[in-house]
Order: sequence, then C-alpha cells, then structure tokens
Amino acid sequence: MINAVGRDIPQEILDITGKEVFQGVHYRDGYTYKKDGPNTKCVINSNGSKLVKDIREALVKCEIKDGMTLGFHHHFREGDYIVNMVMEEVHNMGIKDITICASSLGKAHDKIVPYIEDGTITNIQSSGVRGKIGEAISTGKLKGLAIMRSHGGRVRAIESGETRIDIAFIGTPTCDDYGNCRGIGGKSDCGVLSYAMVDGDYADKVVAITDCLVPFPNFPAHISMTKVDYVVEVDAIGDPAKIATGAAKPTTDMRKLMMADYCTQFVVNSPYFKDGFSYQTGVGGASIASTISLAKIMKERNIRMKFGVGGLTKPMCDLLINDQVDCLLDTQDFDLAAVESVKNLKHFRISAGEYADPFNKGAVVNKLDFVILAALEVDVHFNCNVVVGSDGMITGAQGGHPDTAAGAKCTIVIAPLLQGRTPAICTDVTTVTTPGESIDVVITDYGIAINPARQDLIEAMKDVDLPFKTIEELRDIAYSITGEPERVQFADRVVGIIESRDGTVMDVVRQIKPFEFADEK
Amino acid sequence: MNPNKKRLRRSMMFLNAQKPGLIKDPYIYKPDSIMLDLEDAVATNQKDAARFSLYHALQEIDYRGVERVVRINGLDSEYWKEDVRVCVAGGCDAIRIPKTESPLDVKAVEEEVIKAEKEFNRPEGSTLIMAAIESARGVMRALDICESSERLFGIALSGGDYTKDLQTHITGTGIELMGARQNMIIAARAAGIQCFDTVYTNLDDMEGFRRDVEGIHLMGFDGKSIINPRQIDIVHEIFTPTQKDIIFAEKVVKEIDEKKALGIGVFTVDGKMIDIAFYDGAKRTINLAKASGVYKGDL
Repeated sequence: MINAVGRDIPQEILDITGKEVFQGVHYRDGYTYKKDGPNTKCVINSNGSKLVKDIREALVKCEIKDGMTLGFHHHFREGDYIVNMVMEEVHNMGIKDITICASSLGKAHDKIVPYIEDGTITNIQSSGVRGKIGEAISTGKLKGLAIMRSHGGRVRAIESGETRIDIAFIGTPTCDDYGNCRGIGGKSDCGVLSYAMVDGDYADKVVAITDCLVPFPNFPAHISMTKVDYVVEVDAIGDPAKIATGAAKPTTDMRKLMMADYCTQFVVNSPYFKDGFSYQTGVGGASIASTISLAKIMKERNIRMKFGVGGLTKPMCDLLINDQVDCLLDTQDFDLAAVESVKNLKHFRISAGEYADPFNKGAVVNKLDFVILAALEVDVHFNCNVVVGSDGMITGAQGGHPDTAAGAKCTIVIAPLLQGRTPAICTDVTTVTTPGESIDVVITDYGIAINPARQDLIEAMKDVDLPFKTIEELRDIAYSITGEPERVQFADRVVGIIESRDGTVMDVVRQIKPFEFADEK
Repeated sequence: MNPNKKRLRRSMMFLNAQKPGLIKDPYIYKPDSIMLDLEDAVATNQKDAARFSLYHALQEIDYRGVERVVRINGLDSEYWKEDVRVCVAGGCDAIRIPKTESPLDVKAVEEEVIKAEKEFNRPEGSTLIMAAIESARGVMRALDICESSERLFGIALSGGDYTKDLQTHITGTGIELMGARQNMIIAARAAGIQCFDTVYTNLDDMEGFRRDVEGIHLMGFDGKSIINPRQIDIVHEIFTPTQKDIIFAEKVVKEIDEKKALGIGVFTVDGKMIDIAFYDGAKRTINLAKASGVYKGDL
C-alpha cells in the first residue's frame, strides 16, 4: 500500500505488525487511548537491600526466559558497556529469541553481533544502529524485524503498550542500594537519564547497574527506587572518555563554516527570530558553528532565547552561562561542558516523553521555533533519510529528527551537497525517515532551498542576500558533478521498518544484495 | 592581447591537483583564481597520476568563471614539458612557472605552450603565463622577466624558497621579504603587468594574515596567493574598494570629465584638491569595484 510519502509498504508487513501506513504528520492528532502499566512486585518487608551479586543473579531473579524484551538506554553513547555485559550473560544462560528495545545502539555494541547470528537476539527496536549491527541487519542476519523509531516514537510505543519491556537495564552513574538512580556523579557521569525514564515507568522489572554505589538516599533521584527491582554493582558501566568528550574544537572547515553562516543568516532573517524564541540544534560542525555565530548576533541585537533544547553541547550551555537564554531543557549531554552545566539551576532535565512523545498531552518539540538538523540524503520532496546509507546499509539513527522536525515552526536541514562522491540532494531518498512535510529549509554548500509549501518563508526571504535555489536545482547541480547514481539494489526480504513517530509505517528497509550491472543480468 | 590578461586576481588559491576532493568544487568559496599544483604538493612517483587528475578536472568541471592556473614542475625537472602539454590539452587559463630566474625560462615555456596549442588545436595565445620568483637572482632580474613575453600576465613572489636563498626565514613580520616585494612590484608596474604576493602559512594567526595582506595591498600588489578558503574573505575585503572609496572615485571621474569640458584644471571634491593626475587612480578604483561586483553605478 502506498503511504503519504509515496512509499509502497508491503501488505505482508502491515499484517505482521498490525500497523497502518503513514498518513501524514498530524494523522493521529487527538487520538485517545489508555496507557499501559507495568506488572509490579511490591516490596513491603523492610529487611534487606535490592543489591544482587551480579548481572546473572539479577537475570535469574527477574525470571529471564526465551522471547522476552529487554530495555536499554544510550546515555553512555559509544562508551556504553551495559548492553554487551547483559547480553553476554543472557547468551551464557542459553536464552534465545530476545527482543532488544534500546533508545539507540552504536558501534560500542558490535560485540553482540554473534548473539544475533546464533538466535539469542531475534528482534531489535532502536532509534537506529551503526557499525556491525547495522551490517548484520542489512545483510539479513536478524531473524525478526528491526524497528527503527524516533526518541518520541519509542516512548509512544512503550506507553501505548505496543512494546512491553519485560526487563529494563538502566546503567546509572550513581545509585544507592535501594535503587535511587542519578545521571550525575561517579566516574561515568552522563548528566541525565532522560531516555531511561520511560523504562523505569513501564518495564515489568527494572535493574539498575552502577559502578558507583553511594549511601542511601541518592537524592534527588532521577529514576526513583519506587520503580527499581534490583541493583547491581559492577567495575565499570562505560568508558568515560567516550561517554562525554571534551568540547569539540569549533570547526575550521570552510565548507561547514559557510553552511553555518547561511544557516545563521536564514535564522536571523526569519520571522521567528525575535526576543523569546526557542531553538534546538545538533552536534555537527556546522550546527555548532551556527550556534556560536547566532549567539553573537543575539548579543548585538539584544535578543534573548526563551529556551534551548537538546542533545546539548558547550555552545548551547554557554548561552546559559552568558545569560542569553532563560533555560535549557536537557535530554542528553554530548560533552563535559553539558554534563557540568546540569548543575545550573536553569538547566532542567526532561524525560524523552516530555521531549518528544507524540502520544502524550503535548511535548516540548511542539513549542520549538527552530530546529537545525542534518541528513544523509534529502530528496526533491524534502523527505529526509538519516538511517540508511546511500549504499543501502543501515548506518544511522533517527534520534529526535522526525520529532523535532514535526514540532518546530522552522525546520532547517544542513547537508553538504555531496557526501563524498554521493549526492546528498537526490530525486528520491534511499529510505524515508522524516517526511518532507516537516522540512522547511535545506541548506547546502551550493545554495539554500525553501520548501515551496512554506510560501511565507519564501516571501520573508525575498530581499535577503543568500544563494537561494530550488531543491530541483540543487539536485541537478549534484547530478551534474557526480552523474545520476543508479539506485541501490535490494533483495525482496524486508529486514526493518522505519516507523513514523505515531507508529505508522514510513518506509521499509530491505536486505541488501551485491550490485548487478545491467549486462550481468 | 588575451582579454583575460588583466582580469581581477585578488586571491589565487593553491590546490593539490592530485586530490579530487579538493579540486572538484573550490569555486563555491569564490576565489578569483585557483592554482592547481603539479609541483611541490605532488610526490615524485605521483606526477603522472596528478596530470591525469588535472586533465579530467580541466575537461569535466565547470569552475564557474574562476580562473584555472596550473603550477608546473620546475624547468630543472624532467616533468615540465609533459605538464605543459597536459595543461594546454586540458584547456587551462594560465601556467605558472616556478623558480623563474631569467627571461629565457619564460621563453622556454612559451615555446612549449605554442607547440601544445598547435598540437591540441587550442587558439593561439589562449594560454597565459605567470612567473614565480623564488631566488635572489630572480628578484634582481625581475624587470627583464616581466618584459619577456606578451603572454606573461604577472609575477609572483614565492617567499619560502626566496628566504632560504637569502639565508633567512619567514618571520611573520615581513622584514625578510621587504626588498623582494618592493623590487617586484616596481618591476611589474614598470612592465605593465600584475604582481602577486607569497602565501601566509600560519592558519591559526588570522590577525597576522590580515596585517600581511593590508601591507601588500598598500605596497600596490594585485593579489595574494592563499592556501585555505578561510583566507579568501580577508583578501577580498582588503582588495575590494570600500563604498566610501567608490563614491569618491565616482565623483572624481565625473567632476574631471565635466570640468575638463569647461576648461577648469584644478578644483575640489569633498574638500580635497583634485586635478587630472587623480583621474587614472579613480578610474582604477571604479574598474576594480566593477570587477569585484560591488559597483552598481553607470561609469
């Protein structure tokens, strides 16, 4: 069945998953449902603690069995040890057919690929995957389906009961023996535990894993003891060097600086740039450079930001230090400056649900004026792909891309026209992850295209001295340099689905196959 | 005369001709000229690969009006004649001769260029030449070099090799380059061709770079060799007339034209005494503003 972004979703997939095809960003606005709830084992007896000897004992006490769904968060980013530690024990216990429901998976988890191959793990639900897990899925090694869903979409899936987490493993930088978890302190400081909050609220069993056990009460808790069944102390929950790095040195790459300058100029010339505006940006070189130059203009024009959202980095936290923003709303910290900034009283932790869940009574993303995003590919319909590489391999994550794009009044995507020798602006993206109706502006090193659906922005920019072009013109320039690439060839088998944030099917990802030239067929 | 001989050349950006990622689209940064390098940037065993890459770039890439200059290998090497053939076959705009020390060097290259233009059916005279001066001998013979060929549009100082020859080094103050710069700009102006300054290699010192460019601009240079697109904006800012300069030059040109008809030789513009001696300078400002795309008037 053809969906609202023109993708043909096989009926078989709709039948297996019970899902509908994507029918537009606001299709489920006003939808009413009853939220799911966890099975809870009460602790009334006041003797003892929740500490168990090791992960294996926690798994035994949680009555792990074949076919269960395990929840993980990705606040430790590429430094995470939790997923590998837990899955190794699960594998050693001979458990099979596990579904991993993670807020994201990366190269840090390459080690679990053998467990995919031997059937320990048969389903994966994640914002996306990088590295060898992506290759394993794309080459058909995962027996079940991979579901790629946004940060907001994951909360929706869990709250609505579509995904039931049997056991959630929450890596926590500090914890007491009764399960009060905090995202700060210890040696694996990650600042916040936003993505894990829904696991705490909805998983039947919750296991906190820490490498810094502190005396009770570890308050104020970010995830409360009232939600935690067991606590495990281990030597290390992650590699601090990869959890939060030092602030990235501002880029000196002129191409990125040029795109950053275009972005800043677009932002400040748009009708939304006024006192009290709100803003979110990413961690790419151009995004960071744009935030730095935006801060200068805000100062010159005496304009304050009301709130900044993130995925935070130093330039955003500097706005708070320099009193240029009223407050920051934080779901994740990308560098040490952001981790440190959490101590600021105007730096608020929010849950992934507050941030982006489309199935609650209104998320922060709905109040955004600007979001600055990146993309692997953007097509002439403004559809974006942030998950599947132009070679057909799963290699990225949706993160909050579709959530913020849907919510923000002005969604700007920065992408170099060419990613290596591959055009980033193309006729049709390999896989749609964010629909074009959510994307307002595309900024490249060769020019800027405004979505024709945003005639108001086109009108507002008519006297602005920026290199405006149509998206088709940008595509044509890209093709004039690289030639029009042949489409990636896929096998028939669907290995994953790209789920829209409202749970409908945006696109499917098929198994890759070796390229066959026309004369070989 | 090749109409491009006197074109605007504020910035000349060096790029390794062997690196496809660098040479595929430098025009997005809007330098006036790019300098595709076959010489020092390319390892000895990669010279043929670099020529191959250069030829295809010249043939296939639309550089959108940015001048394509190629630095060939030195005349003391075995590579330069084949370099010239590839440059002309590819259709480059100009060739830069390294380590030029005498008019004979220019003549030798010119001869090969003429042969190649015939061989590849390129219009005669379509390939311009510039000479890089990199030694004390070259500096001392600058005027002879400048007057050696009709194809020669300019000379350029190469500071690294020149300071080695002088037994000193680049200090960042410009003291070690003073004599060469002065001698070369005078020679170039005497011969009626352009003159370009050497690269500034410390990319972390943008303030030092700015001071360097301001200095050579005041000395009369036409432009500067650069090594990174981050340097372009500063060069263009300094070499492009300000709106104040343009308005004044416009008034000078118009007043002189008007007063000449009335038989008046000396008068004042904005309180400054003006006579016919100001005419050429004012015209040059207008022409430079036009070439830089910042003049919208009717002169």
